Amino acid sequence: MSAPLTPSQTVGPFFGVGLPFERGEQIAAPGSAGLIRIEGQVLDGNGDAVPDALLEIWQPDGHGRYRTMADGEAAGFGRCRTDPEGAFIFLTAKPGPTPAPDGQTQAPHCNVTVFARGLLRHLVTRMYFPDETAANATDPVLNLVEPARRETLIAKNCGGVLHFDVRLQGERETVFFAI
Amino acid sequence: MSEDEREPPYLYPDYVGTRLRAPAKPLVHLPEGFHDFPAPLFPRTIADLDHDLTRRHSGEPLGERIIVTGRVLDSDGRPLRNTIVEVWQANAAGRYLDQDDQHPAPLDPNFSGAGRCLTDGDGRYRFITIKPGAYPWKNHRNAWRPAHIHFSLFGSQFRSRLVTQMYFPGDPLMPRDPILQSIPDQAGRERLVSHFDPETTESEWALGYRWDVVLRGRAATPFEDEG
Repeated sequence: MSAPLTPSQTVGPFFGVGLPFERGEQIAAPGSAGLIRIEGQVLDGNGDAVPDALLEIWQPDGHGRYRTMADGEAAGFGRCRTDPEGAFIFLTAKPGPTPAPDGQTQAPHCNVTVFARGLLRHLVTRMYFPDETAANATDPVLNLVEPARRETLIAKNCGGVLHFDVRLQGERETVFFAI
Repeated sequence: MSEDEREPPYLYPDYVGTRLRAPAKPLVHLPEGFHDFPAPLFPRTIADLDHDLTRRHSGEPLGERIIVTGRVLDSDGRPLRNTIVEVWQANAAGRYLDQDDQHPAPLDPNFSGAGRCLTDGDGRYRFITIKPGAYPWKNHRNAWRPAHIHFSLFGSQFRSRLVTQMYFPGDPLMPRDPILQSIPDQAGRERLVSHFDPETTESEWALGYRWDVVLRGRAATPFEDEG
């Protein structure tokens, strides 16, 4: 018999004293080769900014491998809280494609986890890359999503910056995945 | 009861903050295995005293000194070793060191309210802190949060991630708190309440509370019934 899991509770509005850490948004160092800047906004069901959200990115390296303890140094994880306009940024390097459990290949993507006041459980989504049209077209996860909603998972290239908004509710609501 | 039925729903109207933030569309379920990859590695080292929230400043914080300890396990009962546990909390007066906290209770210059530690070989964590105070919030008329400590854990798998809150036994505010009451079953709510523990209590120094945490492990059995 498996033990019952400990239930989730909201991160609340005051996580700022505990969770953010210095340069948490820098998954890759500024100035490093292949640096990607991700910018976005978290929005609620009225389209208003969510100024008290915390985002985490967890991604594999350029070869599609997630770092583990055995690798020694940590890499691939970032954390950023939203500002009063609901905006966040991450600096990172592009992940490689990853094998899927069914033998297919998953297009390069970052796992994005969202915490906020008002979210009793965290939300999990993915950010795919706009320059991977072919890989995205055959990605097994994107293909599970109804076509009209897939664009919520693919960042937009705006002058070299990747834009990725998270809409918690309502029109163009971001696709979130059950864990 | 499935795991989902034990968790709070996203939309729980009594907690007003959920109304515009809960996704309206159902979550997309991925086939088995798509979320079986390792948990994030935390990119910062933990210092020796990060587990002691009472020794960050020149003086000791005001309040009732407590020890909070317990084990972090996966759903098969295996201890999760070397996993990071992060905590944050209000001070003894019910005030967070956060610029957005406007509750007119005093800040404590000797208390910041955040700590981190790694679990040991038995999956055990241990914090030294002070008992946080209750505080008002504007969810409904005369709303007060029961005393609680926020916990954030990673576990071993991406799907193990958990952010939750630990409460204190006997707190009369718990039955009136929509955040705690959002958990559908009484047994689930009780799993967030720590136990006073005479064994952890240290004579002439600090009261002890125990609280164990169970995280999703690899390939959990999602629809297994309790009992």
